Amino acid sequence: MTRVKGAAHQDLAHDSAVKHVSGAAEYTDDIPEPVGTLHAYLGLSDVAHGRIAAMDLTAVRAAPGVVGVLTAEDIPGANDISPTGSGDDPVFPEKTVEFHGQPLFAVVATSRDAARRAAAQARIEIEPLPHALDPLAAIEAGYPEVTAPLTLQRGAVEDGMAAAPHRIRGRMVIGGQDHMYLEGHIAFAHPGEDEDVVVYSSSQHPSEAQHMVAHVLGVPSHSVVVNVRRMGGGFGGKETQMNLFAAVAAMAAKKWNRPVKIRPDRDQDMVATGKRHDFVADYAVGYDDNGRIQAVDGIFAARCGFSADLSGPVTDRALFHADNAYFYPHVRLTSRPMKTNTVSNTAFRGFGGPQGVIVAERMIEEIAYALGRDPLEIRKANFYRDGGDVTPYHQVVEDNILERIVGELENSADYQARRKAVIAANAKGDIIRRGIALTPVKFGISFTATWYNQAGALVHVYNDGSIMLNHGGTEMGQGLNIKVAQVVADAFQVDIDRIKITRTTTEKVPNTSATAASSGTDLNGMAALDACEQIKSRLVEFACETRGVEPGQVEFLPGRLRIGDEEIGFDALIKQAYMARVHLSAAGFYKTPKIHWDREEGKGRPFYYFAYGAACAEVAVDTLTGEYRVERVDILHDVGKSLNPVIDRGQVEGGFIQGMGWLTTEELWWDEAGRLRTHAPSTYKIPLASDRPRVFNVALADWSQNAERTIKRSKAVGEPPFMLGISVFEALSMAVASVADYRECPRLDAPATPERVLMAIERLKGTA
Amino acid sequence: MTQIRREIRFLLNGEEVRLQTVGARDTLLDFLRIEQRLTGTKEGCAEGDCGACTVLVGRLADGRLRYEPVNACIRFLASVDGCHVVTVEHLRGADGGLHPVQRAMVEHHGSQCGFCTPGIVMALYALWMENPRPGEVEVEIALQGNLCRCTGYAPIVKAAMAVAEHGGPEGDLLLREREVVTERLHAIKDGARVEVERDGDCAVLPADVEDFAAVYEAEPEATVVAGATDVGLWVTKFLRDIGPAVFIGHLDGLRQIEPGSEALRIGAGVSYSDAEDVLMQHFPHLQEYWRRIAGWQVRNAGTIGGNIANGSPIGDTPPVLIALDARLILRKGADRREMPLEEFFIDYGKQDRRPGEFVEAVVLPHAAAGTLHSAWKITKRRDEDISALAAGFAVTVRDGRIAGARIAFGGMAAVPKRAGAAEAALSGAPFEKASFEAAAAALPEDFSPLSDWRASAEYRMRAAQNLFARFWAVHGEGKVAELERGMPA
Repeated sequence: MTRVKGAAHQDLAHDSAVKHVSGAAEYTDDIPEPVGTLHAYLGLSDVAHGRIAAMDLTAVRAAPGVVGVLTAEDIPGANDISPTGSGDDPVFPEKTVEFHGQPLFAVVATSRDAARRAAAQARIEIEPLPHALDPLAAIEAGYPEVTAPLTLQRGAVEDGMAAAPHRIRGRMVIGGQDHMYLEGHIAFAHPGEDEDVVVYSSSQHPSEAQHMVAHVLGVPSHSVVVNVRRMGGGFGGKETQMNLFAAVAAMAAKKWNRPVKIRPDRDQDMVATGKRHDFVADYAVGYDDNGRIQAVDGIFAARCGFSADLSGPVTDRALFHADNAYFYPHVRLTSRPMKTNTVSNTAFRGFGGPQGVIVAERMIEEIAYALGRDPLEIRKANFYRDGGDVTPYHQVVEDNILERIVGELENSADYQARRKAVIAANAKGDIIRRGIALTPVKFGISFTATWYNQAGALVHVYNDGSIMLNHGGTEMGQGLNIKVAQVVADAFQVDIDRIKITRTTTEKVPNTSATAASSGTDLNGMAALDACEQIKSRLVEFACETRGVEPGQVEFLPGRLRIGDEEIGFDALIKQAYMARVHLSAAGFYKTPKIHWDREEGKGRPFYYFAYGAACAEVAVDTLTGEYRVERVDILHDVGKSLNPVIDRGQVEGGFIQGMGWLTTEELWWDEAGRLRTHAPSTYKIPLASDRPRVFNVALADWSQNAERTIKRSKAVGEPPFMLGISVFEALSMAVASVADYRECPRLDAPATPERVLMAIERLKGTA
Repeated sequence: MTQIRREIRFLLNGEEVRLQTVGARDTLLDFLRIEQRLTGTKEGCAEGDCGACTVLVGRLADGRLRYEPVNACIRFLASVDGCHVVTVEHLRGADGGLHPVQRAMVEHHGSQCGFCTPGIVMALYALWMENPRPGEVEVEIALQGNLCRCTGYAPIVKAAMAVAEHGGPEGDLLLREREVVTERLHAIKDGARVEVERDGDCAVLPADVEDFAAVYEAEPEATVVAGATDVGLWVTKFLRDIGPAVFIGHLDGLRQIEPGSEALRIGAGVSYSDAEDVLMQHFPHLQEYWRRIAGWQVRNAGTIGGNIANGSPIGDTPPVLIALDARLILRKGADRREMPLEEFFIDYGKQDRRPGEFVEAVVLPHAAAGTLHSAWKITKRRDEDISALAAGFAVTVRDGRIAGARIAFGGMAAVPKRAGAAEAALSGAPFEKASFEAAAAALPEDFSPLSDWRASAEYRMRAAQNLFARFWAVHGEGKVAELERGMPA
């Protein structure tokens, strides 16, 4: 054997691909139900804000099949599942309802159907209070911020602004986004002896689910086990939002001493769980005749919902990315994490970053239209560069490769010629207009909560030479498990087939961080490698002792070891090591080096490194209806030295389409009563196969490797490509701008639905 | 005397299933997942929009076995009587390993989280049976009813186009067993009326159209269920009781299309998919519009009669059918009456249908010479979306003047409705741009649309008015005025 199958940097299919296509991959709802399994369902508020005057659940209790109900009074421990300990996130509210769709109770019955029907029987009297649904209304009504705001500043923004030859002020409204994971939330709890309970959860953060269940039950964390084999998609929506379901299932399981499953229907999932934050950004940008930015002043108000959840770090990250790839000599960025009477918004791929990036790109657009220049020129003029490499949070950008990325993409996508062709086509004044845009992304990698940047792994080598791999990360489709397994295969130089990837469980690796912030592979890959290295060093020591050689004479070769002049198969050596009582199991650990962050000062190095990419999108727009098609997209993206290029490419493509969806057809629409009316795929429209560009050239920057010592010099890939979808948004903007000869920035709000596009066209035509 | 059978019988993968206890509201998906533990079929939305629950249903259509992908979540269990239900667990390759469709999906990395995957595999399997070497557009159309949130679809589309490289039809179980399955289904079809129930929730499958007319006349409070693409949601979303329910999807007598010398008669039970070929032959302008009705699974289940009888102001077929001067045939017992389609829609939720009366057929007169047609649907997302507005235009031009205009809109009022003032502005006017501008200007007299999550009132009105400009651009100036999809012929 000359090369192991499945080593690092190879293209390898998702480890569950065969199970996926044959329907054999097990999700939480597919786990066989023991006899006596009960089903829980939530009853929701139908008022956005009000005092609970009376909750009459008599009819619920009396409904067929009902075993009982759970309300705030039945919570044995703390009635709080706030992930940051802010104490503002009850399982069920006791006095005040704070959003339309807030869970008020759970009913437990012998079947899910019975539980659903029973839940509808509740008679709940709520005295309505005035509500504020969006950040502007909340500011107007004097609502508080759900968490402390952040200001990032560098230089002297007033002076810089005053000195700038040109200034533009504007406002951009940026919509939120539902995760629309195909598998909705679910938890399945099995009671055990003493205070024990085992919860199967669809969660990106089993440790948090474990801690929250323990907190709500009032028991130590050691009594609770949370297991996650895989999720049918997460995207951030299962980083904290599973807590409610895990807690309810566990409470019911303990109360009735029977297995209890809770699975909301799609509508309830969308109404009662958090989403991407909507933002209203007010920006002012000062710039010179060449389009060079002199000063930026921005206020980012976010619809956080009724509680803090992760709104603090999310709105922080919006500010961290409000520079995107550009140097601001003088800058002040402030967040306003507003409380609103809506569901509490949460993590979603990019974690506030996309909302920051799109504002940076809007300012570039503003400057370009004001100066009558190609936005790409303005971008290039403002990229971080020598002498202009300090971010608004005072981290120096040391690994910038955007100039090369953008340059290569500009060539491979034939951007200049195509832009000319688009302008020429539009000059004919046809009904169908076109637009093209090339936008970059620079994305900071690391949790800004520095302590989250740690991971553990557990590796066993059994005495037959087979290997069990476990780590703290969760698999939601991103290919984390296969990539970490590749690291292990590479370390031991064995075929990946002999490595069993096992479900994530709080029993094997404790105190894990969420699989989030694109960090899964960076952290868990390193932790797994650490475990492998421990076992390997014991094997080397054993080999040295038994063969009388020096460690330098022991080498792991594909499927075997060379020890001095001897070669021995991996299996044979493992057998020998076992017989000689060598410890063949190890717990690995990793923490990201170099990072630190002082939030009070707004200074530090929150990010270990940056990931880069760029996309060029071309669109066609119908100026009579605002309908559009994305015709062609070219992407060049940086994943460092990829651990598995085909898996990474899948993340780039999927992230791009999801980002495009956020900015085009995915619209969250609340009515005046605060009721979300786009609460299922019939009303909430994520992209379809026919929305993807027919010409879709996606490449990884194969020359890139991480400047930092990350796992095999790879880079994180989950979130950064999401922001490449901004190229579509801006191409639409250009097509719109064509109706007024590109003299005015169309100032599209997001999402750019056909309606917003048409209305912008009409507006520009009116002023043309 | 009609025979009554008190159990439903169908084939599930390789086995015959007989069930005596079946409620009207029992869904196929729950039966598969809960009763049979065939958990490869997933629930993603329970409303026929995501496709994660896609299964194939084989049925005898005029004696010939035909498999179609449908959404198990809104397919009622009782309605699969006499059918062959095929789930992803039944899919195998010649060697017992992966089927070529599955192999292609693995090779092209068509799955990430995997939750939508079985449904996508089943939709692609159905496509492959029809067309083993589909083009990009055919794949897009086949996947209109399947959502994937992870991959962005590119690898799935590539997989679908490459299935043939991963094996031929030789080992395919359904193709191999066609004759056996056909025989088994024939054996199940005993011509009896089927009546089943669960705890008083009762379902009736009439023996034939005559039997249906009799049953419904006798029990006018019953819910008539054809494709269940809307009634399914009454149950899965609103938890409504629909029993007693009369299922009519299996009635061949309602699924006939009769091309006459003066008009096309389409039975009320004809699905969107089954109507497509004949309809496009006569009214080619409907091609793109038709393929933007829902997704493939829903087009296979949903019926034209159901879409009309349902009375929704945003149903896709009424505006375009009204523009074509469609007439409706209603039947109660043995009595029939006929009316112009637009008169059927009285007000929101109210139609001119008497108790026990049902929609039997739609009659479409052939287009008059010199008539220019267009059909447009405007939505937030291009495919598988409910109309913000929809329009059918039929403008007859003689000697440079507009001899007559039938223009109907959906989504603009409480019912699908003709644009009387706009039509009046056109009638008799010269066939020129100014006439269409005048018609557009008259449109606010016809409609005061609502604002909702699909579109604002302003957008609906402006876009509707702009469709007159589009009509003129297309028919008057021969311009490209629409985004092109590249429809296959």
